[in-house]
Amino acid sequence: MPVVDLGTTPLRELNAALHALSKDTNETHWHVINPQGKHAVAVGLDAPVTVEIQGHVGYYCAGMNQHATVIVSGNAGVGLAENMMSGEVRVRGDASQSAGATGQGGLLVIDGNASARCGISMKGIDIVVKGSIGPMSAFMAQTGNLVVLGDAGEALGDSIYEARLFVRGEVKSLGADCEEKAVTDEDRAVLSGLLERAGADARADEFKLYGSARTLYHFHVDNAGAY
Amino acid sequence: MTAPVNPPRTVPRPSATFDQYTISEIQRAAATGIYDIRGGGAKRRVPHFDDLLFVGASISRYPLEGYREKCGTDVVLGSRFAKQPIHLKIPVTIAGMSFGALSGPAKEALGRGASALGTSTTTGDGGMTPEERGHSSILVYQLLPSRYGMNPDDLRKADAIEIVVGQGAKPGGGGMLLGQKISPRVARMRHLPEGIDQRSACRHPDWTGPDDLEIKIEELRELTDWEKPIYVKVGASRPYYDTALAVKAGADVVVLDGMQGGTAATQEVFIENVGLPILASIRPAVQALQDLGMHRKVQLIVSGGIRNGADVAKALALGADAVAIGTAALVALGDNDPRLEAEYQALGTTAGSYDDWHEGRDPAGITTQDSALAARLDPVIAGRRLANYLSVLTLEAQTIARACGKTHVHNLEPEDLVALTVEAAAMARVPLAGTNWIPGQGF
Repeated sequence: MPVVDLGTTPLRELNAALHALSKDTNETHWHVINPQGKHAVAVGLDAPVTVEIQGHVGYYCAGMNQHATVIVSGNAGVGLAENMMSGEVRVRGDASQSAGATGQGGLLVIDGNASARCGISMKGIDIVVKGSIGPMSAFMAQTGNLVVLGDAGEALGDSIYEARLFVRGEVKSLGADCEEKAVTDEDRAVLSGLLERAGADARADEFKLYGSARTLYHFHVDNAGAY
Repeated sequence: MTAPVNPPRTVPRPSATFDQYTISEIQRAAATGIYDIRGGGAKRRVPHFDDLLFVGASISRYPLEGYREKCGTDVVLGSRFAKQPIHLKIPVTIAGMSFGALSGPAKEALGRGASALGTSTTTGDGGMTPEERGHSSILVYQLLPSRYGMNPDDLRKADAIEIVVGQGAKPGGGGMLLGQKISPRVARMRHLPEGIDQRSACRHPDWTGPDDLEIKIEELRELTDWEKPIYVKVGASRPYYDTALAVKAGADVVVLDGMQGGTAATQEVFIENVGLPILASIRPAVQALQDLGMHRKVQLIVSGGIRNGADVAKALALGADAVAIGTAALVALGDNDPRLEAEYQALGTTAGSYDDWHEGRDPAGITTQDSALAARLDPVIAGRRLANYLSVLTLEAQTIARACGKTHVHNLEPEDLVALTVEAAAMARVPLAGTNWIPGQGF
């Protein structure tokens, strides 16, 4: 099992080694120690490997991940798993702003809290936050599912498209064109599946669902005040 | 004294302030209650390259023989940090325009024309299409706030990456692609329902400010193993500071777009009233590069109103390394063709003024997603027209450079230029013709 010490190994070397892995590599489990808050750790992975990072990471950890599983035993900086395509990213601590931003697929699990703009412009990713999320989360969220076991900050789901936002706690306020929706059996099944995959201690019937009122889908003068 | 019969009357006097266009806009606004949206760049008269002249060779300057003595036109972009810089044969590139705003055949034609001349094309707000990659020998992939279609596979397929902070037609503005252009394919690429109006954010979702930009650039370099040149594109707004901050953040190339640069769709009031003309922006940007000791190390591409080889030569003389064209490239493909006049008339406009690119009804088949209209554009023929036009731009720039005694177009310099107006002299920081006066330079 490769162990990479970022206290002595240049980041560029680590990422290049991970990028060089083939889809059928035998080196399927990597450990990274002493990340020291470095940015862009384990970005652009494209193989079904697991990378466990012991410590805190900076911006954009696991950015644009494909196929890989990245586990951070610490906190993560801005843009965690930004634009993730597939695979799984788990953070044992808290995440800063824009976690899962523009993600197109895969599962992002944050055991702690996530700051502002969690799931901003999400495009198909599934995000489970076991704590609470900050303001302006799921802004312009297009598709995918955001599950929050705690509370959500101001302006949740502003200008949302077709993403589903499940929140167990309180929502401070909803953004433009975001409304509470009736929970269908399909919604509940999706939520139950995500809770199970995330290892979350919660039941689907404890959550409310928020989504698009679809009043801003076509620009109209009568809606100008909502923009 | 009796009043004369049928006395002379003054002719109707139109107002300079409330001119015909202004009155029509007030009437349109009163009838609809919504601002006017259109494509293209600023149409108002602003100081431009036309206000500059080359002085040419004379007794003290030795010209090169036209057609016989070599005058180089190549340019290397991205030599600062990228392992694989781009080498263009001509200093004219194709600006970013999206599949969505443009039809598939139009994007293919841009690739064909640019590749024939050894230069690059650029994706836009909608991702990279296989046709575009297939027909562009050098392709720049834009990273925009919306991140529509963004994915790591395409990042790695690209020859360079352009982080778009803003564009000249609307610095500080986002965008909107109206529902009639959101075809099934465009919708899939952007992860949006078909037929809805699609908004593009004005700010990036995962970084704010120059310190974050530096980290974002680092991420993109790590993602691509430091191979790709990274451009930062800004609308002409605060060119000195934006250029300095882009350099500080680690850009290989700065792209500076003036207010005459086109957009697919933006409010008329925004296009005409926000941002700077390109003429006013080049010298501050070059000054920033020089102050940092990075001129010619970080390359500068300028755009917004480039029309002919003289414009190319003037932009290079002011310190740019290359130019980018968008509107002119579309015209070369066949946009605003007078042969389509009857159809433009049916749309309430005329050839030469058509700018409702956002409506998707382009009779030339360029700014549309309507399959029947798009099929009107033959990408092979249109690509050939673009290649011809790029050749002319290059030959014209070479002609001027030779007349100034330069063996490479990059050897053109401000000393080769004079201005026809005080405004242009001040903006371009060259003397008013026939004087040694550069307004604003302290003498």
